[in-house]
Amino acid sequence: MELILSILIGILFTAAVYLILSRSLLKVILGTGLLSHGAHLLILTMGGLGGTAPPVLIDGVTDFADPLPQALILTAIVISFGVTAVMLVMAYRMYAVHQTDNMNELRGNDEHD
Amino acid sequence: MNMINLLLFPIIIPFFFAMILLFFKEQVVVQRVLTLIGLALSLVASFWLIATVKTEGIQSVTLGSWPAPFGITMVSDMFSAMLVTTTIIITFFVVVYSFSSIGVERERFFYYPAILFMITGINGAFTTGDIFNMFVFFEVLLIASYLLIVLGGEKRQLRESIKYILVNVISSAIFVITVAYLYSIVGTLNMADISVKIAEINQPGIVSVIAILFLIVFGIKGAIFPLYFWLPNSYAAPPIPVLALFGALLTKVGVYAITRTYTLFFVHDIGFTHQFLMILSLLTIIAGCIGALAYFDVKQIIIYNIIIAVGVILFGVAQMNTSGLEGAVYYLIHDMLIKGALFVLIGIIIYVTGTSNLRQMGGLIKTHGTLGWTYLIAAFGLAGIPPLSGFIGKVLITKGAFEADHVIGSIIILASSLVVLLSVIRIFIYAFWGTQKNDLPVRDSRTYRQLMFPAVMLVLISVAYGVGTEWLMPYMTDAANVLADPSIYINAVLKE
Repeated sequence: MELILSILIGILFTAAVYLILSRSLLKVILGTGLLSHGAHLLILTMGGLGGTAPPVLIDGVTDFADPLPQALILTAIVISFGVTAVMLVMAYRMYAVHQTDNMNELRGNDEHD
Repeated sequence: MNMINLLLFPIIIPFFFAMILLFFKEQVVVQRVLTLIGLALSLVASFWLIATVKTEGIQSVTLGSWPAPFGITMVSDMFSAMLVTTTIIITFFVVVYSFSSIGVERERFFYYPAILFMITGINGAFTTGDIFNMFVFFEVLLIASYLLIVLGGEKRQLRESIKYILVNVISSAIFVITVAYLYSIVGTLNMADISVKIAEINQPGIVSVIAILFLIVFGIKGAIFPLYFWLPNSYAAPPIPVLALFGALLTKVGVYAITRTYTLFFVHDIGFTHQFLMILSLLTIIAGCIGALAYFDVKQIIIYNIIIAVGVILFGVAQMNTSGLEGAVYYLIHDMLIKGALFVLIGIIIYVTGTSNLRQMGGLIKTHGTLGWTYLIAAFGLAGIPPLSGFIGKVLITKGAFEADHVIGSIIILASSLVVLLSVIRIFIYAFWGTQKNDLPVRDSRTYRQLMFPAVMLVLISVAYGVGTEWLMPYMTDAANVLADPSIYINAVLKE
């Protein structure tokens, strides 16, 4: 199960890198979304997927799931949700002002304002 | 037991005031007053914290009363307590500077709450004793910084902040990935406990890989050599007070995180990890020097000086001996103070001349003498001319490097001081000497005095920091001892 998930995470990272390297800003943002999905799945996998019982102390049950990765993922999901929202708003504002979402045209420095 | 919550005050007070400020969006005066009150209270709390840490040793509190490795621990040793205090001092004066420079429009759109939320995140990152909690505090400060960098919505700000956000989102994802890897090996997130577990397994190769991953994550935030590419353009986009806060504080959080992880976790394979860190820090210094000499834009010159300083501090950390670490602690705090002062000063130069291009300035010493001399003192302090504040840090770092037989590195450090001096004196020569090139725009002299006050205060504090070295030394030694010997930190956290 860990192996399958690792491959899945690899695919997610590959797709994320491909999207982040593209020129369209919207695709880049989708790429960061995929990247954080991959990272969240990685936390779950790294915590070990064993453990059948919920992590509550009950007599006679020893095979608990590790609760910590779940707590970490929850936190990380909320954060990446918030950041993605901020980023989408900012991308929209930038599109409205610059009239382009092509990253090549957004290079610019002091001389080309 | 109630005293132990003291170390949370510098985190909670700014957070609390930031929330209150959200209710006073239109009342700019109320916002200003409340921000100053909040920062003053945090400053009192942080001085109290330093005194407590000095007399009673490392303070730690585990939230929710869970025993140490299980709950989220907050730890305040001398190093983090001093960084927290410095952060609040700089923010206080930059906020005073903002009153007459940032403009009412920005003040009405949550400028002060954003600053206070950012301080919450920075102080939290300095104080936390839990590696995942550090990620959370990084996100707190980053999201506030996303607001600060784009606030105002100028064309250039929007363009640069998108890149800033992208770089930081990707580095945050790598942070999560790295923490996940570390968790799979040591099975704990408490930093003291991680240190114990890594010592038990004697740092196999995979842990060194994680060390390098941490270096990449914090290196992106702290702007070390191959990863600083995003910094110069992004930092030049927002207005001067925001630039001063970013330049003085944000990169230093990355530097702190590298220092903490490389002195607490990854201390068993110094030949590889710290050698790597040292080479990168030297390359950082060289890259920064090239940038600092290449530009005629005052903002860019000082921004590249941030990169040089990051290299110098990390070079001290990479020595892993008491002198090097003490020098790194000393230089880190010096650099926060002096960078805050310099950014504020060049902000005033830009305000007075109406341009940031050195070629169009000249002759300011005749009309703005105080500004010139204050700037000169700050410039000498940055370059490390005794008895100003940059001197003793560099002496200790160089001493540590000679003790560790890194002669070439020490020579590069010393040579970089000359480049730093040249780059900042160039501003002095072009802007203050010579004849006036263009007519100065008409400026209100009262605003000028209001801008000068925080600048002079910051320079005075940095001078006092340099002159008072002897008096500060016990505190620096305490801070460096904890870094040099992880067991002090571990015992303090896991004692119960």
